[in-house]
Amino acid sequence: MRDDITYINAKSKLFSVNFRELLKYRDLIWLMVKRDLVNSYKQTVLGPIWIIINPLLSTSVFTIIFDVIAGISTDGVPPFLFYMAGNVLWSFFSECLNRASSTFLSNARIFGKVYFPRLVMPIAGIVFNFINFVVQLSVFVILVVIFTLIGSNVHPNWLLALTPVLVLQTALLGTGIGLIVSSITTKYRDLKILVTFGVSLLMYITPVVYPVSKVPESFRWLMLCNPVAPIVETFRCAFLGSGEFHWVFWLLSLAVTAVIVFFGVIVFNKVEKTFIDTV
Amino acid sequence: MKQLEKDVVIRTTGLRKEYNLGVIGSGTLRRDVQSWYAKKRGREDPNRKIGTEAHEKGEIFVALKDFDVDIKRGERVGIIGANGAGKSTFLKLLSRITSPTEGEIAYRGRIASMLEVGTGFNGELTGRENIYLNGAILGMTKAEVDNKMDEIIAFSECETFIDTPVKRYSSGMFVKLAFAVAAHLDAEILIMDEVLAVGDMKFQRKCIDKMRQLAIDENRTVLYVSHNMSTIQDLCNRCLVLSHGEKIFDGGVDEAVALYLGGEKDASISYHYEDDKYKYPVRSHEINLTDARYVGLTTNRFQGAFQLPLELGWTYLKDVENVGLRIEIMDYKHYPVTAYLLENIHSGKKGESVTKRFKLDITDLAQGNYYTRYVFFRIETGANTVEDIEYAVGLTIYKNPVNDGEARWKKAWGSMLNPGIELTE
Repeated sequence: MRDDITYINAKSKLFSVNFRELLKYRDLIWLMVKRDLVNSYKQTVLGPIWIIINPLLSTSVFTIIFDVIAGISTDGVPPFLFYMAGNVLWSFFSECLNRASSTFLSNARIFGKVYFPRLVMPIAGIVFNFINFVVQLSVFVILVVIFTLIGSNVHPNWLLALTPVLVLQTALLGTGIGLIVSSITTKYRDLKILVTFGVSLLMYITPVVYPVSKVPESFRWLMLCNPVAPIVETFRCAFLGSGEFHWVFWLLSLAVTAVIVFFGVIVFNKVEKTFIDTV
Repeated sequence: MKQLEKDVVIRTTGLRKEYNLGVIGSGTLRRDVQSWYAKKRGREDPNRKIGTEAHEKGEIFVALKDFDVDIKRGERVGIIGANGAGKSTFLKLLSRITSPTEGEIAYRGRIASMLEVGTGFNGELTGRENIYLNGAILGMTKAEVDNKMDEIIAFSECETFIDTPVKRYSSGMFVKLAFAVAAHLDAEILIMDEVLAVGDMKFQRKCIDKMRQLAIDENRTVLYVSHNMSTIQDLCNRCLVLSHGEKIFDGGVDEAVALYLGGEKDASISYHYEDDKYKYPVRSHEINLTDARYVGLTTNRFQGAFQLPLELGWTYLKDVENVGLRIEIMDYKHYPVTAYLLENIHSGKKGESVTKRFKLDITDLAQGNYYTRYVFFRIETGANTVEDIEYAVGLTIYKNPVNDGEARWKKAWGSMLNPGIELTE
């Protein structure tokens, strides 16, 4: 018989993440991920191959539109790789954001019937998206290796050491924004609509389909203030050697990420206690 | 935060839960900002419904108030009350689905709550996968589920289908699987909200036995909400009655059920049937019961051996031959106990009014509250069928316990006095 005493009351601490409890629920996180994987590809013909087909297709479309038709410069690197780098990282970011932003609304039924740490859901979202990301990244890396071997203008460099940080930062930034959105959408559904197209608009002020070097010098600092911009640019710089590593803006972006995650968890904690009464 | 005594597993102090009534906010940010800005400038809220008074704080519904209860280890507590009495709110607070407005709950160990059947079950996953998922949702680790897997599958009676996606399960199988997972959790406290209603009788029995066994053999604590009084009586050894968010009774199961079902205690010793308030509709309008009274009595509480003098008065609406009377006795749950039968008591002409006296031997009724029904009938000539021609709620009979023995054994007593047993060898 376990004897530890739990107290439930109206008050909540401002920033309280019960990591011990989350750790206890790690099997649940994993099972949720598995559930999502099964759900995504059950009764489809191609199954998990879709994880690869998706970015390849959209990268091809980007290449045709922005390179072949619009003729936007890619700083001299092969256009397909250029767009794929941006695309893979961006979709990881936007999936994390979307997933986290629907935490309360799409899980209202289960949250209304059983208790487990609510953060399990966004964390499972990160893991799920991370798995997809890793698969896509592997394809990308294989392509980079091939292109390097055949002597294209591709130069992976020491910045690769930063990749784990960049990936983690992307996940946290997307999820942090998502947590804030999901907390507000329990009351204001408008935000959900706003987020859906807001994310796709955000892509255009992020250097995903164009290099930072194409942005007029006078605007460049403004565009790099977008916390996603330095991540994408640095990521591409690491794998392809194109563009520059704007380390000041990247540190700024790190700080912004930290603030957003902190704030996101605070709002999430506040809302999770009683959202079921209002949702 | 106070410490709990060793044997107390749940303690609530001053628990209160409020809900906002009506629409929360206006649903869009623009309007909320508009309302807020108007209020700030001291203007009228543009989004207030016309004709309603402005109020600072929205109307509030108190779902639970001043709720203090101590639950001890190993108790099997039933919670009953009408819809909206606060039962589910209490369970929701206890399962941490929502937070109390005021007050505190302290509990020992883990709570496994089943407020719904198969929460978190996913149709695409197989039964086995869902057992893992459901177990994890309820707070078990994979290793713990692994240990219990065979037991869970055996209990669920779904062996054959365990590797089939649950979307192909029947609703009965769904319940069985879900209950099996919850019942095999290692939680010290088990909360169930009306979850057995879907399973078949045999499985319900099995679940109740399982819960009782968990409580008795393993000293787990069970909280069970149901509208089915017989399962409550079957399982629980303590019962809370809630009404309008307050605890109105805490104690023995039988008193609780009687209180809940009995509602108002009727102490009348005579009825005058003016309108049809106490009548059930019958097709034939042949007799109209007008009066019922206990003759020469001042109370409807009786004790021991007693011949109850009853007087009924009725009017004939048609010519009726050979009217019979049946007095049905029901216990506090409205389950039939016995019936007094009298054939051919009178034949009357249209418009005739009669008053008759009867003597009911109620010696064998055990202590308790009994409802009665007066049914007039006529046996159809030729075909040997009975047609009920008047049907009315009768006076209540309350039987006091004869002696301490009966009072002490009330729980096991039922409705009939002990007919006697002897040790013969």
